[in-house]
Amino acid sequence: MTGTVGGCAGPGFGSVPRKEDGRFVRGRGRFVDDIALPGMLHGAVLRSPYAHARIVSVDTTAAESHPKVRAVITGETLAARDMAWMPTFSHDVAAVLATDKVRYQGQEVAFVVAEDRYAARDALALIEVEYEPLAPVVDARRSLDADAPVIRDDLDGRTGPDGRGNHVFDWETGDEAATGVQFARAAHVSACDLVYPRVHPAPLETCGTVADYDRISGKLTVHATAQAPHAHRMLYSRIAGIPEHHIRIIAPDIGGGFGNKVGMYPGYLCAVVGSIMTGAPVKWVEDRSENLMSTSFARDFHMHGEIAADADGRILAIRVSVLADHGAFNATAQPSKFPAGFFGVFTGSYDIAAAHCRVTGVYTNKAPGGVAYACSFRVTEAVYLVERLVDVLARDTGRDPAELRMANLLTPDRFPFRSATGWEYDSGDYPRALRTALEMADYPALRAEQKERRAAYERTGAGTLTGIGMSVFTEAVGAGPRRLMDIMGLGMADGAELRVHPTGTAVLRLSCMSQGQGHETTFAQIVSHELGLPIDAVQVVQGDTDNTPFGLGTYGSRSTPVSGAAASVAASKVREQARQVAAVLLEVAADDLRWDVGTGTADGGNFAVAGVPGISVTLREIALAAHGGLDLPDGVDGQLTASTVYNPPNLTFPFGAYVCVVDVDPGTGEVDVRRFVAVDDCGVRINPMIVEGQIHGGLADGVGMALMELVAFDDDGNHLSASFMDYLLPTAMECPAWELAATVTPSPHHPLGAKGVGESATVGSPPAVVNAVLDAINVRHADMPLTPAHVWRALQGRPIRPDIAIR
Amino acid sequence: MQVPAFFEYQRATSVEHVVALLERFGPEARIVAGGHSLIPMMKLRLAQPELLVDVNDLHELSGVSVVDGQLRIGALTRHAELLASAVAGEHFPILHDAERVIADPVVRNRGTVGGSVCQADPSEDLSGVFTALRTVAVVRGPDGERTVPMREFFRGPYETAVAPAEILVELRVPLRPGAGSAYVKVDRRAGDWAVAAAGAVVSLGPGRVVTEVGIGLTAVGDADFTAVEAEDLLRGEVADEDAFAAAGAAASAHCRPVADQRGPVDYKRHLAGELTVRALRAAAARAHDGTT
Ligand SMILES: Cc1cc2nc3c(=O)[nH]c(=O)nc-3n(C[C@H](O)[C@H](O)[C@H](O)COP(=O)(O)OP(=O)(O)OC[C@H]3O[C@@H](n4cnc5c(N)ncnc54)[C@H](O)[C@@H]3O)c2cc1C
Repeated sequence: MTGTVGGCAGPGFGSVPRKEDGRFVRGRGRFVDDIALPGMLHGAVLRSPYAHARIVSVDTTAAESHPKVRAVITGETLAARDMAWMPTFSHDVAAVLATDKVRYQGQEVAFVVAEDRYAARDALALIEVEYEPLAPVVDARRSLDADAPVIRDDLDGRTGPDGRGNHVFDWETGDEAATGVQFARAAHVSACDLVYPRVHPAPLETCGTVADYDRISGKLTVHATAQAPHAHRMLYSRIAGIPEHHIRIIAPDIGGGFGNKVGMYPGYLCAVVGSIMTGAPVKWVEDRSENLMSTSFARDFHMHGEIAADADGRILAIRVSVLADHGAFNATAQPSKFPAGFFGVFTGSYDIAAAHCRVTGVYTNKAPGGVAYACSFRVTEAVYLVERLVDVLARDTGRDPAELRMANLLTPDRFPFRSATGWEYDSGDYPRALRTALEMADYPALRAEQKERRAAYERTGAGTLTGIGMSVFTEAVGAGPRRLMDIMGLGMADGAELRVHPTGTAVLRLSCMSQGQGHETTFAQIVSHELGLPIDAVQVVQGDTDNTPFGLGTYGSRSTPVSGAAASVAASKVREQARQVAAVLLEVAADDLRWDVGTGTADGGNFAVAGVPGISVTLREIALAAHGGLDLPDGVDGQLTASTVYNPPNLTFPFGAYVCVVDVDPGTGEVDVRRFVAVDDCGVRINPMIVEGQIHGGLADGVGMALMELVAFDDDGNHLSASFMDYLLPTAMECPAWELAATVTPSPHHPLGAKGVGESATVGSPPAVVNAVLDAINVRHADMPLTPAHVWRALQGRPIRPDIAIR
Repeated sequence: MQVPAFFEYQRATSVEHVVALLERFGPEARIVAGGHSLIPMMKLRLAQPELLVDVNDLHELSGVSVVDGQLRIGALTRHAELLASAVAGEHFPILHDAERVIADPVVRNRGTVGGSVCQADPSEDLSGVFTALRTVAVVRGPDGERTVPMREFFRGPYETAVAPAEILVELRVPLRPGAGSAYVKVDRRAGDWAVAAAGAVVSLGPGRVVTEVGIGLTAVGDADFTAVEAEDLLRGEVADEDAFAAAGAAASAHCRPVADQRGPVDYKRHLAGELTVRALRAAAARAHDGTT
């Protein structure tokens, strides 16, 4: 079920089929692994079997003498080119190929370039590496112990104060004193320890590249799975020392990213070096295990939260401390001034007077990463924390969780709202969203049914228990204002270029890069909406640094908030230019012209002379004239083209209210997600069908994380989730028929009133599922993933710690 | 991309051809049926056979039929065929219960019954099913054909009674008129291997007394996939909740699960009992005691 969608009338917007699907449903998408260049060689990575070990020696003689091997690259090879280490997005360095030590299982040690992919793999077995195993740091909570092995001895003790060798950073936000005051006057305080365990974005297409270095021109072309092609170009230039204008990054179709394809990975760089060494293009595509073991994971936040309320159930303050497991290198991909991402929005959707939070990041012998999997730079963790805390508070004080939320939600009159941790929420109507969700779910009837089922279970010892969980989330997406937000010094503003051809069709060039979100359609719709052209008359170009303007790419739900705004601004600039041309054509003053966007025909919109019926000129006519011999006044360029760089004034704050209904079998611990009601507000919806598709995916993510997804390690640091048999993604069987509805609260500062939505459901849904399961089994808290074993043990009062191996 | 090491490949034209190839190449030759267990292991290079003998052309090895009071299931019968077989479901609903929860339709379309039991994975669903059913395996080798009771078939994880130069050709399940059967499995997600699973076959006499019972357990460390102690307790008892509970307790006590990411030992032990009870309950409900 879909609620009515408000927003803009006129051509352009609406649930039109996706332009890109014609090729995807026919199997004609073109992904990195579909690329085959003449003379192309194949790379494979040798990886560490140990979580922590000193490298004594690497002997590549046998591999080099394999008849089909063309190059073997080791840390030494790279060190000679000053490429053994690379900068990360978070003020750290990471090994490209290990020279001194290996610091996690699956870390890159050597790279073979061979004539085919079989030979490349065969040759890996011929490389002899002698390791001296070291004790690993697996449990993040022991990482700062005085006797913990130091992982980053390469940093010369620069890691932390007090000799805390595995310390990465301390960060805090909010007002500690003011929060203390609120806690002191609170009638009730609830505290809870919660782990948001390590999970993985697991895009179905793994990471890969074809690197093609031309020795004659000195130019490097990289076809790669890159969510941020322009940022990657700068990184290649810095790391490999190739001038930036000699590098071209082409991201072809990408089969899912979820933040996994933002970062720079050793395999990409080794393929570049392999191409430079052999003079041939080199393809490298990860296998599933490599993707799960070595590329950016997500979450791994160990949180202690406290929530204070007065005697009437008004929430006064929240206090949090977090231990963040960053793995062996600090490589979180997020705005560089935010070491804990946007976790600071943890006051959520509530009117809370004071809040404080302290985050400590630590190194462990695990793969680097942390910010990925549709987390909106850790808003996921923040929403999970506050939505669990509110449920715990409701339970501890004997209140209904829906009523407690309703009583504390920010009301529409409070916007723009400045939160206790300093975030300015742009717009929202939270009570309406929650009310809508509760009505759709028929909350009172569900509670009655739950009671009956529990009574029946207690009477007979058989049957299932019903649980109802909810979450009201506030997202923070569309990074972001350049003065506050940058990645490696690159401000998070994005360019767009629009050209209307002489015949009245158009091309829009973008800095962002779709990984399945449907940019080719949504962005064409934006231009159509602004200029009145048919959606099919607008070609969208993305992913090729030679043919697109600079910008930071697609992640953090930023494409519509930033690039979408850029497209809209570029189109309105074109429209204003067209007005000047029309004024010449019609021999009137530009101010006397009125724009009529029309109905989306090939003529586009038109300018008519105010007060003179029947005199007008269409965009198509204007386009031809603008390219023709018309005499244009000074200051009006010929042709019809505009570009812009959009620097967002603020983030956008989408929100929503979710209700999840589960049935739990207490005899086995199995959970069945029976219903899921999702009311989302992402402002104006450009293509509601695409928006709903994004929400469907995110809700499935939430079911996955809440019930099954987990990256775990044993005591030796062995990765226990390195295949899809061990890292479980949800299937259609675990997902109910989603019940969706929309409310529309436009963003006041976005030119289209739109907010981002790519991550809303991934952010908002896990706490709703967890709250529902815990509600069913009447347990105060247990950590995700609530697999049958976890649920059963929680029922026994002995919950399982998810971040270490089950014993 | 994961790619296997070098191997040779032969498409067998008859069972005799298979045996001849296996004999000639020795233990480094492997039969490939559906390939859904073997090929993943080859891609991970955990298995590096020198020769693959493809048996997919041997149509005589597939099919489900009743002959001489036995349900005969060819080794090459796909999971999907067994699931679709009316005659299998009519005599032994346990087969359909199990097939419905094995992997997913894609795997079931290729994976074979013979490959499943020959793989001898400790979590294989059909292993517990066929031991519960007291199935007999028919194996052919250089010295001709021999039969092995399913309860003597498994020699430990990934090891069976089938010798390197032998091929499993058929499984024979003795029909048991009136018997009821059922299979229950707990997994973390559709298509996941079992955390634990139990299968039961119950024959009842007058007064709902259990005349014969088979209980198979999967993924809880019973090398022969059988809860013998629970069977012994139940035989001769009236099939009621108390008897099932006692059998469940015995199954739970005697299994030897190991902890892994699917669950800790106490949980798996609990499941062995709980699922034994549920399987028995469902099987008994489907059984006829001959009096009505
Ligand atoms: C994603 C996935 C999920 C799965 N989930 C489950 C599950 O939930 N439950 C479950 O029980 N199984 C599951 N399986 C296993 C599935 O049932 C396999 O198909 C089955 O285990 C092997 O059958 P196969 O025909 O593919 O065998 P193959 O892979 O071809 O062979 C397996 C082994 O048996 C040997 N072999 C095959 N046929 C014969 C024969 N006739 N005689 C002698 N040796 C033979 C082979 O040499 C090899 O050693 C899953 C598999 C996959 C890929």
